[in-house]
Amino acid sequence: MKSGIKYTGIPSEEELRASPGAPSRERLEQGPVAFIECVQDIPCNPCEEACPFGAITVGEPITNLPELHGDKCTGCGVCIAQCPGLAIFKVHLHYTETTSLVEFPYEYYPLPRKGDRVPCGDRQGKYVADGRVVSVKNAKAHDGTAVVGVEVPKACYLEVRTICRKEWSRHG
Amino acid sequence: MKMTQVAVIGAGPAGLAAAIEVARAGGLVTVIDENARPGGQLFKQIHKFFGSREHRAGVRGFHIGEQLLAETERLGVEVLLDSPVYALFPDRTVGYVHGGREIFLKAEKIVIAAGAAENPLAFPGSTLPGVMGAGAAQTMINVHRVLPGKKVLMIGSGNVGLIVAYQLMQAGADVAALIEAATQIGGYGVHAAKIRRAGVPIHLSHTVKRALGKDHVESVEIVALDSHWQPVAGSEKILGVDTVCVAVGLTPLTELAWLMGCEFAFVPGLGGHVPKHDLNMETTVPGVFIAGDISGVEEASTAMEEGRLAGTACAEALGLLDGQKALELKTVIRERMNALRTGPFGEGRRRAKECLIGLSLEGQA
Repeated sequence: MKSGIKYTGIPSEEELRASPGAPSRERLEQGPVAFIECVQDIPCNPCEEACPFGAITVGEPITNLPELHGDKCTGCGVCIAQCPGLAIFKVHLHYTETTSLVEFPYEYYPLPRKGDRVPCGDRQGKYVADGRVVSVKNAKAHDGTAVVGVEVPKACYLEVRTICRKEWSRHG
Repeated sequence: MKMTQVAVIGAGPAGLAAAIEVARAGGLVTVIDENARPGGQLFKQIHKFFGSREHRAGVRGFHIGEQLLAETERLGVEVLLDSPVYALFPDRTVGYVHGGREIFLKAEKIVIAAGAAENPLAFPGSTLPGVMGAGAAQTMINVHRVLPGKKVLMIGSGNVGLIVAYQLMQAGADVAALIEAATQIGGYGVHAAKIRRAGVPIHLSHTVKRALGKDHVESVEIVALDSHWQPVAGSEKILGVDTVCVAVGLTPLTELAWLMGCEFAFVPGLGGHVPKHDLNMETTVPGVFIAGDISGVEEASTAMEEGRLAGTACAEALGLLDGQKALELKTVIRERMNALRTGPFGEGRRRAKECLIGLSLEGQA
């Protein structure tokens, strides 16, 4: 089976590596940073305006891929909820000695709560590891796109991108 | 007889945008729609739109609908609802029905913004309750708040199929799979990625063989297709679903343009037969303009720009805007529209549109 977003709906490792929106390994080492998984030239640029630090540029034409400027990105994560494609994440590789923090957009009910233990999934919704919900941001400006932060084992910071919704029930 | 300067048929994004531009220029405009509510498909678009700030990117579709309605109200645009248009006469009289009565409206210019209809897909069992257009399912969940089923198979990987699959899950349904006959995903990768993250498999080169069930869908049989689009024997799989959503494209609703005697071109990339139109969205029948999906199936963002273009052109033709001012406005709109028709997804539509406009201009020469 062919890999790549056009065939699987999942950006491949090669696509992510070639994408100007993915932070470098060095930048990931330095602290929290946005991780933009937008690998197709679609006409869209709200991320550029969303960043208060000018760390994301799209320019003209608006089909350009968003470029992340790692030196300017503070890892604040305000871009996450502003991406109509829900394609921006935040990764804090060295959250603690043994864990990483991953933030992702989440538009399902029920929303998790801070402190919940949730099964975390990868880009195909496959279970990776349990995580602890560290934050659930859902400000008015998010317009319904909640941003959930989970603390996960360090080894899976590149994989975890969501909650395994079907496996998880807050009341279960 | 009732009179207006511009009659706009269809109160969707294209029609409302056209009406707003006419009214803004000081024109008298009447919008006529067969539905009980204005807004066309915008009120079921609960996702955030793409584009840039000028296209209201990042705003959810139904909020854009609310903004358009507020603007039409502020400008005093007349919107007639529950009023299907059934006739157009050469003198630009519009015939419609309201409350069981026939009413005639005489207009100087007409903008037809009738939209498009979902394509059906016939297969054994496709008449069983539970098989429906993806747009119908979207209307049920997002407008009427009714879940059409608990477990869904989505057919078609264009943006409609991908977005509605996602929204069905947001509404509480489970999507068993999405199948696509082509060898690659048709819509935006980011939309596909959302449903993949939710655990929905996407099967390319697959089609539906039949839906099974006694008096409603109880399961569906899918089958792989080879490189000649022929079913691969032995590859059949049964999925237990109670709903099958069909998202296999849209066809422009062109009846009124045919009735008016507009010349047509067949452009597969735009959804089939579409009226020829020039850079002002004017058809081959002087004074009759089109905007939105009737002129080629695209997205609401482009439909609004086409509506603005048609409305501005109407206002210019009526002498409400001088040539210089109109040109300035139209140039800005065209630039915004072209920005949406770039990149691998927009490029094909841009070329198809240019071809259509070229055909129209040839006819005039």
